[in-house]
Amino acid sequence: MNRPSVSTRAAVFGTAVLALAACASTPPQSGSSSGTATAATSGAYTWWDPYPQHDANSAWAKRVQTCAGQAGVTIQRTAYDTTALTNQALLAGQEGNAPDVILLDNPAVSTLADAGMLTAMADFGLDTSRFDKNLIAAGELDGKTYGIPIGANTLALYYNKKILDEAGVDPASIKDWASFDAALKKVKAAGKKPITFAAIGTEEGSFQFLPWFWGAGAQLTQLDSPQAVEALTLWTSWVKDGIAPNSVISNSQNTTWEEFLTGEFAFAENGTWQINSAAKADFPTGVVQIPGKDGGVAPTPTGGEFITVPVQKDTARYAVTKKVLECMTTPEGLVETGTTFAYYIPSTAAGQEAILAKEAALKPWVEAVRSAKGRTSDNLGTDYPKISEALWIGVQKALSGSASPADALKAAQAQAKQATGN
Amino acid sequence: MRAAPPRGRARRGRAQRWTAVAFLAPLIVYLLLFYAYPLYRNIELSVHDYTPRAFIQGNPEFTGLENYLKILSDDAFLSALRNTALFTLGSIAAQYAIGLALAVFFHRSFRLSAALRAMFLVPWLLPLIVSASTWSWMLNSENGIVNAALRAFGIGQINWLTSPDTSLLAVTIANIWLGVPFNLVILYAGLQNIPADLYEAAGLDGAGAWQRFRHITFPLLRPVSMITLLLGLIYTLKVVDIIWIMTRGGPADASTTLAIWSYREAFGTGQPDFSPAAAVGNLLILIAFAAGLAHVRLQKESA
Repeated sequence: MNRPSVSTRAAVFGTAVLALAACASTPPQSGSSSGTATAATSGAYTWWDPYPQHDANSAWAKRVQTCAGQAGVTIQRTAYDTTALTNQALLAGQEGNAPDVILLDNPAVSTLADAGMLTAMADFGLDTSRFDKNLIAAGELDGKTYGIPIGANTLALYYNKKILDEAGVDPASIKDWASFDAALKKVKAAGKKPITFAAIGTEEGSFQFLPWFWGAGAQLTQLDSPQAVEALTLWTSWVKDGIAPNSVISNSQNTTWEEFLTGEFAFAENGTWQINSAAKADFPTGVVQIPGKDGGVAPTPTGGEFITVPVQKDTARYAVTKKVLECMTTPEGLVETGTTFAYYIPSTAAGQEAILAKEAALKPWVEAVRSAKGRTSDNLGTDYPKISEALWIGVQKALSGSASPADALKAAQAQAKQATGN
Repeated sequence: MRAAPPRGRARRGRAQRWTAVAFLAPLIVYLLLFYAYPLYRNIELSVHDYTPRAFIQGNPEFTGLENYLKILSDDAFLSALRNTALFTLGSIAAQYAIGLALAVFFHRSFRLSAALRAMFLVPWLLPLIVSASTWSWMLNSENGIVNAALRAFGIGQINWLTSPDTSLLAVTIANIWLGVPFNLVILYAGLQNIPADLYEAAGLDGAGAWQRFRHITFPLLRPVSMITLLLGLIYTLKVVDIIWIMTRGGPADASTTLAIWSYREAFGTGQPDFSPAAAVGNLLILIAFAAGLAHVRLQKESA
């Protein structure tokens, strides 16, 4: 008989196993439909968030489980780094095995919603009217709401009270750009470093520039307007005149904060998330809102995550999802989220009242959040990331002296126009 | 004998062929899965318009070479190409020169030479995130140790990472430091293979140290040098991490190489743009491939 040798059979078998393994990796979890069905009955819900710093025993993880318990399920929570999360979400969307809930950084919501992988909140009957209009705007696309903010953070100016006292600057005197500029010059005259901010070539750079950009009256649809040039000229003059260090060009917001904590800087532009750290600094600190050019408070960009619900084949799962979402966003729930995250300002009026009743010192931040603006608002949606990239490149050009603010922004507008096709 | 093989032998021959194929199969499957498929996928990405929506719904529009045309006509392309050339050639030239000098130095074994050589390998052992972050602290404009040292010599502040004139130089310096150990190790191994009697003979003929290097070491090291330079070229072309950590390709685009450009399109902004990123990636593969061909050609000529 024509029998293959043992070694041949072994090798063929090995190949078959490899081929099987190869095939198994291609179809998107072919067994998952039955898998999720059994999972639904046994109660395993999946949840992704960008908080790897909160492990399974953290207050945050426990809160998620409590809400799951009230809805009668247990949640399998996976934490990713913020940028990794968006990519993971895209891959999961492509393979059709997205989790039940993803907490997404707010500019990513419209991108994923546009890709058709998110369920609109109205589709499973979640009431979104409780949320502040300016905050939830980042979750809206073409009239539908695809996510709800679990809280919001934004930017303001932290100051080092010791330095301001020595320089004779009253933080209350900062009302507009002129008075702020005067304060910075006074600090410089007193021999201290006036301000630091982050102008790194990433989304963080745009995030930090926007309060000045919007505060001058500029719009993201016109990056080279005279108002925009004024805002960039302000930043450029600070770097040129030594009011801000040259390293702001490569500073991330964290680096900026480290610089502020050395006690050498009078002001730092930074966010709600540093409240705890500021309280622990070796010097007394305070917060003022970022002034608009001609007075008033500049609109600051909102930061923070949105709860989104990826499309599921098994629509019966939405009922549980809705319960979990409602539990996470009661006024008490929002306050708890806020304090867990050192500090997230609640995204509903009721939640804001509740957190103020508990901690009155948060008042400037609550106000800042109320006047804040979503980056993808004004119906920019998926165009925002492209505009933002053009903007941070323009900012970097001007600050590093390779182009004048006007030329840098003209190039930025041309780039944004080409990228968005408008 | 071959004309009429006995039946049994033919059968055994066929069985042997099957055995051979079966033994090859795992390798072939591996190559197909991990080399051919990613390459195919990269090309497929680059000739379609994969927006995030198309990526998820799997219905990208076929655009042919449009992504390539868009990239080639982009203002950023020429500057990225120039930066890639400066970064790559500058890095490998300096890495090779320093690596060769150190290899020759360590070749004359002396006390502690093994320990010293081991210390030169440290850059290789450190995780890249550590060395890149350390370099960016050292090169910080206001608080970096490099500027502090320069100040001691009366040289004013150099904005290494934040000036468009120096940021590419700064990342190149860091990359040279990273690549020296690799060159040192390979060239040192190459030196071990040069017979000592050649040096002896040259010495008897009255050749000095420079002449020995010029006429023995360098020519005999040629094959090793060529492969070191080729590997260095391919490795340096695709460097992303160190530049990304130190400057993000900035300020503006001053230190953006093709690899950084590709990475930024795909993962560096809020909105992944896989298709142009894949197109830039494919251009890089072409450049590396051309370098490989040139290497083979040169080797044939010298053989």
